[in-house]
Amino acid sequence: MPKFTRPNSLTDNHNHYCPGCTHGIIHRLIAEIMDEMDIQGETIGVCPVGCAVLAYDYFKCDMIQASHGRAPAVATGVKRAKPENLVFTYQGDGDLAAIGTAEIVHAAARGENITTIFVNNAIYGMTGGQMAPTTMPGQKTQTSPSGRDTALEGFPIRVCEMLATLDGVALAERVSVHDAKHVNATKKAIRKAFEIQKNKKGFSIIEILSTCPTNWGLTPNKAVDWLKSDLIPYYPLGVYQERSVR
Amino acid sequence: MSKTLMKGNEALAEAAIRAGCKCYFGYPITPQNEIGAYMSERIRKNGGVFLQAESEIGAINMVYGCSATGTRCMTSSSSPGVSLKAEGISYLAGADLPCVIVNVQRGGPGLGTIQPSQADYWQTTRAMGHGDLRLPVLAPYSVQEMVDMTAEAFKIAEEFRTPVMLLADGLLGQMMEPVSFNEIGGENKDDGQSSPNWAASGHKNKREKNIITSLFLDPIELETAINERFERFEELRAKYTRSESTNTDDADIIVTAYGSTARVIQSAMEMAREEGIKVGTFRPITLSPFPEKALKEATKSAKKVLVVEMSMGQMVDDVKSALEYKLPVEFFGRQGGFVPGPQEILEVIRRMK
Ligand SMILES: Cc1ncc(C[n+]2csc(CCOP(=O)(O)OP(=O)(O)O)c2C)c(N)n1
Ligand code: SF4
Repeated sequence: MPKFTRPNSLTDNHNHYCPGCTHGIIHRLIAEIMDEMDIQGETIGVCPVGCAVLAYDYFKCDMIQASHGRAPAVATGVKRAKPENLVFTYQGDGDLAAIGTAEIVHAAARGENITTIFVNNAIYGMTGGQMAPTTMPGQKTQTSPSGRDTALEGFPIRVCEMLATLDGVALAERVSVHDAKHVNATKKAIRKAFEIQKNKKGFSIIEILSTCPTNWGLTPNKAVDWLKSDLIPYYPLGVYQERSVR
Repeated sequence: MSKTLMKGNEALAEAAIRAGCKCYFGYPITPQNEIGAYMSERIRKNGGVFLQAESEIGAINMVYGCSATGTRCMTSSSSPGVSLKAEGISYLAGADLPCVIVNVQRGGPGLGTIQPSQADYWQTTRAMGHGDLRLPVLAPYSVQEMVDMTAEAFKIAEEFRTPVMLLADGLLGQMMEPVSFNEIGGENKDDGQSSPNWAASGHKNKREKNIITSLFLDPIELETAINERFERFEELRAKYTRSESTNTDDADIIVTAYGSTARVIQSAMEMAREEGIKVGTFRPITLSPFPEKALKEATKSAKKVLVVEMSMGQMVDDVKSALEYKLPVEFFGRQGGFVPGPQEILEVIRRMK
């Protein structure tokens, strides 16, 4: 039986994520892929402002911490200077779909040859659970205490669908990490994105539906259930854009 | 020594390329568009990168990423755009990343005017971003200095691991003068890829990973980092503080100005001298660090000081405090895009006599 060990591309540091938070699973998948593709030495990661701000303590590749929302611009600066390196951003939904909307749209439109790992947990985790651009209609948060009212607060943004309209996008895929089967599919999607980048095909984004038990006010198990019952119907999983040749 | 007639903005861009700038990121705004236009052709021909960003915020964060890899890079903008860069500049300072930022100032507040101005002095020297930070600021007053100081700005940025601001104005950006690039050299001396040991450029399994961050959650670590950075700024102060004094030995009145206004006070001084009024001039070349000692020295025989700016008097506080509030300091300024004329300055001097 294969032993379950820590991927080489993750450090020994204890992470600060809450119990039951799926940020940790996503970190592990990225690290496994760095190991399998043997790319740790050439990879440069850009972490966001959000719960993953300290991701630079967890990955063993070179890491850069970006200001809130600007990771795609930072990654652009990295990639333009070092086109032979592999560059990824790791961003939450507030980071990517609110304050950083311009940066992600234009990195995608330029076909910037980077990979974005977009962790959509439908809430602002780090700042204590405020409404995010991806918060569900009716979802209670610190700043939508009686539930998101679409008449007042508008509608959630489906990022993959939106970005898929842009010609610079080589891959836009939405996955989830709520069970083992989907975790495996997520790993495949991330690997595909890194390979697309390696083959210089353009911008790739993997949107991952993720839990925030702490700010959803749910136990880890209930959080996984809610993701399945409520998030996936609004954010259907699947490939929204895949261009093998550009 | 061969000279070329060039616009300030274009000369600056050429100087940056010759100084080994590998990447330029910017967003269009008048009166500095010639820099981007020039770069889009020349830096690419030179094997470098030109990228028109989605905004000034995008551009400064591209600079952040590019500099993080140890690649020489810059951005340029004008006042409203520089306001948008403020957060990014703070991050650059907090992560000790070298780069050059150019502000070809125009009038504000708000959209203001595209005409020249010097109203970003406070922003640039006091609070070019949140947090405890000191930004080195160089102020050219001729097209030749746009060239020489661009090269120097890169040198200071890398020596002290800091963003450096070149504070010009619309007049300097738009005017043409003969310039020489001899000081910098004919072509790139290196490829702009210094790959210093701190850079996040891929560790190639040959070294420990590098982290570029401005986040220090441990109070001791943050305090130590800030103190170390301010010590570095003191070293920079000792080595690079610059100014220029003219006819100060016997002067009763010292007129001081920086940037293009410093050219005008030169004419006003000559006119006053012809009338027998003993006037000297003092020009800060580095605005931060401010040349305090040199100003004290220059005002040894003076009874009064006049500050002239294209603003409401933003440099006045620095002048007063450098003089320890011992000399009367008056101010004359124009706003709205007007450049003060020598005649109106002369009239103020006559009144002060
Ligand atoms: C310019 C700026 N504005 C606001 C903040 C405060 N802030 C920190 S994290 C965050 C939201 C992060 O939420 P998200 O991107 O969804 O990531 P999560 O924490 O859920 O993983 C905000 C608003 C900041 N650091 N900088
Ligand atoms: S606040 Fe939410 S997103 Fe952040 S670590 Fe905790 S569970 Fe995860």
